[in-house]
Amino acid sequence: MTGVRLRRFGMALLAPAIAIVVSVLVTTIVIAAVGSSPGDFWSAMFSDPSPRLRVNIINQTAMIYTAAVAAAIGFRMGLFNIGIEGQYLMASFAAASFAGAAYIGGFANVAVSIIIAMAVGAAWAGIAGILRTTRGVSEVISTIMLNAIAITLVGYLVDRHGVHEGNSVHTTKIAKSSMVTGFTPYEARDGQIWALSIIAVIVGVGFWILLNKTRFGFDLRASGQSQTAARASGVNPARMIVISMMLSGGVAGLVWLPALFGAAGSYGTSYQSQLGFLGIAVALLGRNRPLGMLFGAVLFAFLSAQSNTLTFGTDVSPSIVQITQGVAVLAVVVAYEVVRRWRTRLERRVVASELGTATEAKA
Amino acid sequence: MTIIKTASRPGLVARLTKNWFYLSLVGIAVVSLVRIVTDTNDLDSTGTIRAAIIATCPILMAALGGLWAERAGVVNIGLEGQMILGTWGAAFFAYHGGPWAGVLGAALLGLIGGLLHAVATVTFGVDHIVSGVAINLIGAGAATYLAEAIFPDYEGGGPRQLVGLDPPTNITIPGISDAASNVADHHWFFVSDVASVVEALTTNISSLSLVVFALVVVSAWVLWRTSFGLRLRSCGENPQAAETLGVNVYLYKYIAVLVSGALAGIGGGFLALVSSSGYSASQTGGRGYIGLAAMIFGNWRPGGLLAGALTFGYTDSLRLRDTDAVHALLLLVALALLLIAALRLVRKQINGAIVMGVVGAAVLAWFLLTDSVPREFTVMTPYVTTLFVLALGAQRLRMPAADGQQYRKGSAG
Repeated sequence: MTGVRLRRFGMALLAPAIAIVVSVLVTTIVIAAVGSSPGDFWSAMFSDPSPRLRVNIINQTAMIYTAAVAAAIGFRMGLFNIGIEGQYLMASFAAASFAGAAYIGGFANVAVSIIIAMAVGAAWAGIAGILRTTRGVSEVISTIMLNAIAITLVGYLVDRHGVHEGNSVHTTKIAKSSMVTGFTPYEARDGQIWALSIIAVIVGVGFWILLNKTRFGFDLRASGQSQTAARASGVNPARMIVISMMLSGGVAGLVWLPALFGAAGSYGTSYQSQLGFLGIAVALLGRNRPLGMLFGAVLFAFLSAQSNTLTFGTDVSPSIVQITQGVAVLAVVVAYEVVRRWRTRLERRVVASELGTATEAKA
Repeated sequence: MTIIKTASRPGLVARLTKNWFYLSLVGIAVVSLVRIVTDTNDLDSTGTIRAAIIATCPILMAALGGLWAERAGVVNIGLEGQMILGTWGAAFFAYHGGPWAGVLGAALLGLIGGLLHAVATVTFGVDHIVSGVAINLIGAGAATYLAEAIFPDYEGGGPRQLVGLDPPTNITIPGISDAASNVADHHWFFVSDVASVVEALTTNISSLSLVVFALVVVSAWVLWRTSFGLRLRSCGENPQAAETLGVNVYLYKYIAVLVSGALAGIGGGFLALVSSSGYSASQTGGRGYIGLAAMIFGNWRPGGLLAGALTFGYTDSLRLRDTDAVHALLLLVALALLLIAALRLVRKQINGAIVMGVVGAAVLAWFLLTDSVPREFTVMTPYVTTLFVLALGAQRLRMPAADGQQYRKGSAG
């Protein structure tokens, strides 16, 4: 029995392992192809990160992980929410504007801003959910469109109502009393681990409880695996689609908040885009499992942070990491498929041989 | 007699709206009317139309790439990544071998992106959207990295750009060009509008634009008029049935996705060689997605996606031009919406007529109550339009029946 379990465990790890090997290989080949030294690159990448980078890795992990959970909620339901990018953009802008306006002071301001961010993210995702259920519009297409609309809409709003400073523009700075900075593990110049990174922990644990311990989570997983079976057991598919889409958007709304209240203080040039796509990649890498995604988020944050050291030691530009990340995602989904086919064949053979011996025994 | 007469009236409407030729005549008349009423000649001046053609071509190529892939049943969200690869390929090869080598290089790089997508989706049966998202990541990363690694050593190059490339030659047809220019300058109703289109098409038009339009015609012919195209489309409608008829579905899907990638790559190449004078980072600006939108807007048909790409290209070009033209565009949109509402009323589709009528009236009110439109709103137009078209017309859009579904050899049983 333990042998079977061990083998299953080994197979679950096989696909990510293959993916990492493939992405390392491809990266090495690309670096060698343009005439740089792969050895220098990998030794720079796997050098011990400086304190400053360690802090950076933790902060980035938190944001990427939150985005990954947002993507995973959709995936587990069989929905593809490409719109995380737009949802957290709208939410970040709304939260930054509200907190900057300082209608209320202190920590209450932060709490209400968080709720606003979730509501805006959920609403923006809800548009796609409602279009899907009432008009049959694929959520993939509608969220891509909503991403683009969000970018121009926020661009317009911040240009119109923001504070212009030289060439840049940002929303009103949040008052010091409403900032949630965090704690300093090393020296002050190495930066802070933002307090709101705790959101990632809450979201991760919440996601696990939701999936495994609640009726809604069961319905969600059931709908994701078989719409018809879920429907037969009394789940309203239209309602599930809208709710899970909004839930996904609500979580997406939280993505950038640690940075907003921890350091940035306003929506402007310090805004970090692309976290939504990284989140989708990490969700795929981690198979939409809370722990798997944590591994993926740490890996991606580590790669991004470490790549910043490249400019000093080597002639390899940091954007090589984007190739590594992209190849890792493609390789992992291919590897999962290959492993799945291989396992099906293996199981079939086991069953066939067992049946064979059974009939022999009978005879 | 009277019965026949009343029956011929909806017949006329139906005939006018079925035929592309008449429809475009009506379109030109409306545009001309709006131009004269609002007194904004820039609405369809030769300059505007030239800019619109340049903005249309990359979108058109992406849309055409999407058409090839989806007609064979593979959804290609990776168009954006393949386009980005195309911009880099165009710059690299144009630097070494001139503009046409650049175009081929753009196609080659896009083809590599297409190959990745084909291997993942066709051979390994990975979810098409997942693979597409990964290809967009890889495409953006690869182009950025290769540019940073190679272009700084080149003349006119830097880590984020490579400028000073020779564009493909521009073509002017002497006699027609001058005559059309003459007529266009008079700003007559209808005649001058047609003349400025003719002038834009015959004066200083990039030869690559002509290639792009030719590729649309060739694609339409290949996909709908040859047995190769029929087999390719059968893979997108019902691969199992195609398999039982002896079609090598994998091969056709591979060809379709490779062509798709190459076309998207050429679209990227157009951006680097014609739209601007070289490669610059994040040059595509989501045009791959707009291309996808144009294809859906065009109901997975070549004529439709051409109309979609022209619409989006036109709005894309307007934001760089006179803001008055954008404001006048509101009236145009309002009139178009009200026209569609009237059409639906004739066809007795009351709900659709009411929705269109209300939206049209709202846009009309917007036109009458304001003096200008923020530029950002024109940027948004393609996306909002697509959402509207999808939301209001999703029932009438028909994508290939097996689009996006996984297929494995031998599943026909």
